[in-house]
Amino acid sequence: MNSHTMALRVRDVCVSLAGQEVLHDIDVSFVAGRWTSIVGPNGAGKSTLLKALAGLLPATGRIFLFDQELMAMERKQRAQQLSWLGQNESASDDLRVWDVVMIGRMPHQNWLAAPNAQDHAVVETALQATQAWDWRERSLGQLSGGERQRVLLARAMAVQAQVMLMDEPLANLDPPHQVDWLEQVRCLTSQNTTVISVLHEVGMALHADDMVVMQAGRVVHQGACADADTHRAVEAVFDKRIAIHSLDGQWVAVPKL
Amino acid sequence: MTIQGARWSPVWVALALLVLSAFGIVLGSAVGSTGFESWRTAMHDDTAWQIVWDIRLPRSVGACAAGALLGLAGALAQGLFRNPLADPYLLGSASGASLGVAVALALFGGSPFATEFLVRLGLTGAAFVGAVLAVLLTLVLARGVQHTLRLLLAGVIVGVVLGALASLITLMRPDVLQGMQGFLLGSTSFIGWTSCLLMLGVLLVCAALSFALSHVLDALSLGDATALSLGVPLASVRVALVCVLALATGTAVAQTGLVAFVGLAAPHLVRSLVKTKHNWMVLLSALMGGVLLLSADLLARMLLSPQEMPVGVLTAVLGGGYLLWLMYRTQTVRSA
Repeated sequence: MNSHTMALRVRDVCVSLAGQEVLHDIDVSFVAGRWTSIVGPNGAGKSTLLKALAGLLPATGRIFLFDQELMAMERKQRAQQLSWLGQNESASDDLRVWDVVMIGRMPHQNWLAAPNAQDHAVVETALQATQAWDWRERSLGQLSGGERQRVLLARAMAVQAQVMLMDEPLANLDPPHQVDWLEQVRCLTSQNTTVISVLHEVGMALHADDMVVMQAGRVVHQGACADADTHRAVEAVFDKRIAIHSLDGQWVAVPKL
Repeated sequence: MTIQGARWSPVWVALALLVLSAFGIVLGSAVGSTGFESWRTAMHDDTAWQIVWDIRLPRSVGACAAGALLGLAGALAQGLFRNPLADPYLLGSASGASLGVAVALALFGGSPFATEFLVRLGLTGAAFVGAVLAVLLTLVLARGVQHTLRLLLAGVIVGVVLGALASLITLMRPDVLQGMQGFLLGSTSFIGWTSCLLMLGVLLVCAALSFALSHVLDALSLGDATALSLGVPLASVRVALVCVLALATGTAVAQTGLVAFVGLAAPHLVRSLVKTKHNWMVLLSALMGGVLLLSADLLARMLLSPQEMPVGVLTAVLGGGYLLWLMYRTQTVRSA
């Protein structure tokens, strides 16, 4: 793990939606090979920031992917280095699981070229990793919400990007599969992949290496998940309605009733 | 859960549809007031040859080609708009074609220049120009293709307004009513070899372009954000897809009038047989559309023989009935 290389650097970024500025002067960096979770109350701008990081929204300011300016990169090059898993990502019920995951290989394929042996191997690995291999011949319409989410995660993993951006990746996953997801993220970061995720479950977000805390379109804190300052920032943006404690060596968020 | 039995190989489905098309075309060449007799004596009898070669065969081949264009356009529309209810006429092309025909009939229908004009450009030309202009108007109103919902709404508005204008012309000039009626109900009666060649040529171009764009449609099925993140040049791809959609629909409508439901039903029929990616989906929908319109044309010629039913009426009744059955079956399977 290289703790000094920055995978993404955001400088003075503002984003406006429908004529209204929703992200204000964002200045934040994401260390390569680490998992950073973005947390904050509803409407804090978490998903908007993630979309801006993926280059999916027009933004002022500058975003650097490693040392290259994001918006100046070639579309294909950017797609190979940044993988995106959206919130409630739609998908056609008619596509087979295998085909959905193979779509993740698009940035590595030439126009009209058939998938090669490496594409097949990567898709198989991603399906095995998300335990979706057994359904590869099924259509998405035959899967439950949680099963679909695992297939879509496999699709995002199949890109084999250096940076993975995930918006609410735990939606529809039951607790055992949430744990599987945590293990997959750990496995990805151990291979020097940078993972940045928006999570509304603070307890899960506390398992990350670093945390970005947002409120009202601004980053109010960035630090390690284990830091007391980070815990105080999280408790503050949630109006002190939660408290963060240590339990069996793990940080947990407990509602204050 | 989806419909059971949707696990057929796309290759087998394609082959079956090709065989059905060939069978339908052969059958179509034998259906008429003189029946198989013309077919049997065609090699020796000039009149019989003319009936089979110049009337029946181009009509059947044309019906198949027009249906294929509509089926392909339907699959493209449903993929582009990510909506299973999208049909080829969604961007206002049908109303534009109707208005084109109404204007042509009103301006030149009864004038001394009618023959010259109609020969030169023809109602088919007017319909095609109307369809393409309507799609362009939709694009202008939607300010491009960036927003699918805006494009969809603009298409609906253009459809309603141009449809109303066509009705207004019909109201002011009742003499164009008969010509309009034939166009609105859809007809394959007057398709000749020139029309067939034109449609087959456009079909070839549209099928090649659709095949080239099919993997983009797969990516689009995961949503705009995901498609963008995968490096898809969304704006230019949408423009290309809308152009192919307009070309296929405009060509079919110009030759056969407004044939209902084929473009909507063909992709659904394919989905009930096979779950596959868009490369197969567009090709199979084209083949299915061809079989559907060919079958409807055969029925239209046989049901009230020696009279004919408008083919559009049959496609509406059969296509609508099938979709209802499909919906009922899907609900039954889901609740089981």
